[in-house]
Amino acid sequence: MRLINRQPGVVLRAVLMALPFVAVLVAYAIGSEIRLAENPSDKLLPAPSTIAATAERLFTEADRRSDKILLWHDTAASLMRLAMGVGIAAALATILGLLIGLLPHVRATLAAFVAVVSMIPPLAVLPILFIVFGLGELSKVVLIVVGILPFLIRDLSQRVLEIPREMIVKAETLGASSLVIALRVALPQLLPRLIQSVRLSLGPAWLFLIAAEAIASEVGLGYRIFLVRRFLAMDVILTYVLWITLLAFLMDLALRQLAKRAFPWTEAGL
Amino acid sequence: MSFVSVDNIFQSYGMRPILERVSVAVDEGEFVSIVGASGCGKSTFLRLLLAQERPTRGEIRIAGAPPAEEPGLDRGVVFQRYSVFPHLTVRDNIVAGESFRSAWGRFSGAARRAAQARADETLKRIGLDHVADQYPATLSGGMQQRLAIGQALTAKPRVLLLDAPFGALDPGTRLAMHDFLTELREETGMTVFMVTHDLEEGFKLGDRVLVFDKPRWDPTNPEAYGATITYDFDARDGGIPYQRLEEKIHVFGPT
Repeated sequence: MRLINRQPGVVLRAVLMALPFVAVLVAYAIGSEIRLAENPSDKLLPAPSTIAATAERLFTEADRRSDKILLWHDTAASLMRLAMGVGIAAALATILGLLIGLLPHVRATLAAFVAVVSMIPPLAVLPILFIVFGLGELSKVVLIVVGILPFLIRDLSQRVLEIPREMIVKAETLGASSLVIALRVALPQLLPRLIQSVRLSLGPAWLFLIAAEAIASEVGLGYRIFLVRRFLAMDVILTYVLWITLLAFLMDLALRQLAKRAFPWTEAGL
Repeated sequence: MSFVSVDNIFQSYGMRPILERVSVAVDEGEFVSIVGASGCGKSTFLRLLLAQERPTRGEIRIAGAPPAEEPGLDRGVVFQRYSVFPHLTVRDNIVAGESFRSAWGRFSGAARRAAQARADETLKRIGLDHVADQYPATLSGGMQQRLAIGQALTAKPRVLLLDAPFGALDPGTRLAMHDFLTELREETGMTVFMVTHDLEEGFKLGDRVLVFDKPRWDPTNPEAYGATITYDFDARDGGIPYQRLEEKIHVFGPT
């Protein structure tokens, strides 16, 4: 039987899925064991038990100086920035995507401009953002917006252009104005795509968030990681990395579920 | 003055002529089938009737109105695919036939309930009342096309344009759709233009069959000339309309 036709069974599938995770954990545990056997005060690869203890401390114990549980404060601050950045970018991209996709005049004006602007590396303009918007929350949100907006606009305007011309013409013969076509034909078909595009841009959004926090911030997940780097506190860094990974994964899952629930008509394909 | 008058239409894309010297006059209530080989401008002609494109020369008038610049309420259309809105339920697709012309494209309150009641009537007539709350993607191809025709008729167009509407359907469904369309026509008396690849279908449904072909042909440059209407058959009574009278005289009737 050809390899492409061999299917794993239910049990084997679950085992295979767990395999890379287990492999990484085991490799880490062995590496950490070896290093700690040589030098018990090694900081580079702390033992899994040390990380677990640190994680418990970070999640439950308040900081001695500020009397706050820093991890939750960092999480709240970072998620706030991320939500605002992604939300603003998604809203702008939806409006601009509809305009570019539906109106030839706007398309002629903006399509090339957006294509060029999307080539600017966002991190290269980060200093400008700090100069213009200051070191506060605004510059971090703006960096996320600047970072993912061009991609979202290009993706969404392309999706609007992919709506079959027949469907637009059909709406015209039912007497729909440009506004009605935008709101009742294009927008509803764009929203499921918007969620997919946002899912794809969450990765870059996290990247820009952590970069901005690392450079200038007083609170935030990225800030904390770069702060404790100075003390080589690998246990704290790893806890934060795992926590960020979990948050990103949950966001992705939530968006996927939202797409499924909110747009039942996409289920059967078409 | 005929209901739909097509007056000496030329259409070319760049240097390439597609249609030339197309003229035809159609009375209200006629069913016109349009047949011809692939690439002979049938669909281009339909797009011109739809006002999705405007001819390079000549003009098309419906009911004496000035030539349309864009598709509008007076022309209804059903394409082979993508004729219904996938994000609206079957009932809302029919309601859209009335509501899309309003400022925001939707009804609210009493107007909405009335439109939904009318939509349910329509769905009952076209045999889709049992799937009113489903989305089009769950419907079979024939049901989707029935919905598309029902939706187009809800807007009460002056002319209904069908672009190979049954081309993607299996033969059995296609026959059922023929009966459905014939019934609807008897009810509404609508003027219909239908592009089809199926000659038999064209003659079965149409009162007239227009054949598009290239009358001039340059073997060294096949794209040098456009197509025009080369035949205009009277397709009533199975394509032999003038024998009706004779039959009545010569056949022995019941005494």
